[in-house]
Amino acid sequence: MTVGRVLRQAPLTAKIGLILIALNLVAVVFAPWIAPYGETQVVGDQWLPGFWDHASMPDGIYALLGTDQLGRDIFSRLVYGARNSILIALGTTALSFTVGVTTGMVAATARGVVDQIMSRIVDILMGFPTLIFALLLLAVLGSSIPVLIGVIALLDATRVFRLSRALGMDLEAQDYVELARLRGERIGWIVLHEILPNATGPLAAEFGLRFCFVFLFIATLSFLGLGIQPPMADWGSMVRENASAISFGILTPLFPAAAIAILTVAVNLVVDWFIRFTGDAHHGR
Amino acid sequence: MNVIGAIIAKRVGLGLFTLFVISLLVFFAIQLLPGDPASAILGQGATPEALASFRHELGLDQTPLIRYLAWASGLLHGDPGHSLANGRLVADLIGERLGNTVYLAAVSTAIAMPIGVALGVMATLMRGRVWDSITSTLSLVTISFPEFFIAYILVAVFSVSLGWLPAVAFAEAGQTGWQRFANVALPAITLSLTVIAYVMRMTRAALMNVMAAPYIEMAQLKGTRPFAIVVRHALPNALAPIINVVLLNLAYLIVGVVVVEVVFVYPGLGQLLVDSVSKRDLPVVQACCMIFAAVYVLLNLTADILAILSNPRLRRPRRTAA
Repeated sequence: MTVGRVLRQAPLTAKIGLILIALNLVAVVFAPWIAPYGETQVVGDQWLPGFWDHASMPDGIYALLGTDQLGRDIFSRLVYGARNSILIALGTTALSFTVGVTTGMVAATARGVVDQIMSRIVDILMGFPTLIFALLLLAVLGSSIPVLIGVIALLDATRVFRLSRALGMDLEAQDYVELARLRGERIGWIVLHEILPNATGPLAAEFGLRFCFVFLFIATLSFLGLGIQPPMADWGSMVRENASAISFGILTPLFPAAAIAILTVAVNLVVDWFIRFTGDAHHGR
Repeated sequence: MNVIGAIIAKRVGLGLFTLFVISLLVFFAIQLLPGDPASAILGQGATPEALASFRHELGLDQTPLIRYLAWASGLLHGDPGHSLANGRLVADLIGERLGNTVYLAAVSTAIAMPIGVALGVMATLMRGRVWDSITSTLSLVTISFPEFFIAYILVAVFSVSLGWLPAVAFAEAGQTGWQRFANVALPAITLSLTVIAYVMRMTRAALMNVMAAPYIEMAQLKGTRPFAIVVRHALPNALAPIINVVLLNLAYLIVGVVVVEVVFVYPGLGQLLVDSVSKRDLPVVQACCMIFAAVYVLLNLTADILAILSNPRLRRPRRTAA
């Protein structure tokens, strides 16, 4: 099946998800060309209305979704925010996967004491609510982007470790791995050429789910004022900064919150379809 | 019976050990800071007196072992030291707020659990029909929404447009029971929605699992009504996984409560924790973390023990993987 045909046969929910993800990626790549104003540029007064009340907008300003608590264009900040929020979450997920898959494969292939020690450490890390652990580490280390990425990647890697260890154990028992072993291949070669290629499906689905988790997690921390710090545009912080507007009936904080919600729903829809699709392919249906 | 007792004792021991290791992590996390923690946290401008009192308050002038033992025994006696920010007793700060958080969590649970299970039963009865796909899509969407998004939508609708409920949840002494309940209504609904979604999905999954059993087919062939099949025949056998999910969702409430308390400016433990993290008020952060962790470990432990009691297959000691 070609990629085009697979996409055409995808259910409607998956298509909507893919389109939404594509739009977000366009915003990430082309942010400076899409945003009419700069990331931190003040364009007018506080909380100006957007397109729904065009008449009351001052001349020469066109703030599609209105302005924020400092008079910056919400639409432009959303576009730049996509870049910051999504890239940081992607980087964190990538780091978490590198650590999680590597340690998981080591545990699965080394077995014995090494596996026991690693698994017990992960059990203990997972016996502690992730948010509480992250807050503890942020209280000690102070919040900065490298700390944020490191802390969340470490906590998230425990989940990746569990999955890749289980996958590794499972695949290690296959005949082709045994064969490679008898050929005298080194264990690193076996993991790279025999085990990982056969684990790509579940790992790809997991990557999508972990990305959602990490993305929501960073947004939550930023919303609590402990994540990405101003003046950097970031969706979670934008909700926090504009939160007080809601009691005046101004819906500004809902835009960045909706942006977060839409992206996570989109990724979930696509992952859902992907799991069913690859599952069907395995069963030859 | 002795076998079960032994398994449970082992599980309790494991829970206590986990809590002990967590307390070590919570206490010694400060060692992650390079150099002198006092000057790293207080910054360059700190006076020598401030540095000295900070070191003394955290016991940095003593050996790590003595420091840990003093802290742990204080914690067990209900005295986790003084706040760095305002010098108040951590126990006082927490005492005021713990009750508020427990109340919010209890109200949310009381709303969410019956609705979640009922919706799960309904979805099973209507499986494959429009209602089933609507509720399953809606629950997936609810789960992927951040709590603060749901919270602000509820605020926009119920307190700004309709003016029915307060957008800020005060908790004051002298409130009547009804006032107190109305105050936490919006935060409790916010928390409930996510929990309902999880419980519904899990109830449906657990029931569907049981529905494949031969005795269900037998009941169908006898001509039992579908409602009676699901509620009388399937539900009792699906209760174990459902109870498990309910307890694990209570554990989720710990995380949800932190965010929701901040949204509604509700004076609970979660808000105290977030405030203290931004002030880097370590004694308060450590005490809050230990409370949350203890509740989490306890709930997981209860879930495991109930699973063992309700499922005879788990009673046999697990063989270690070869």
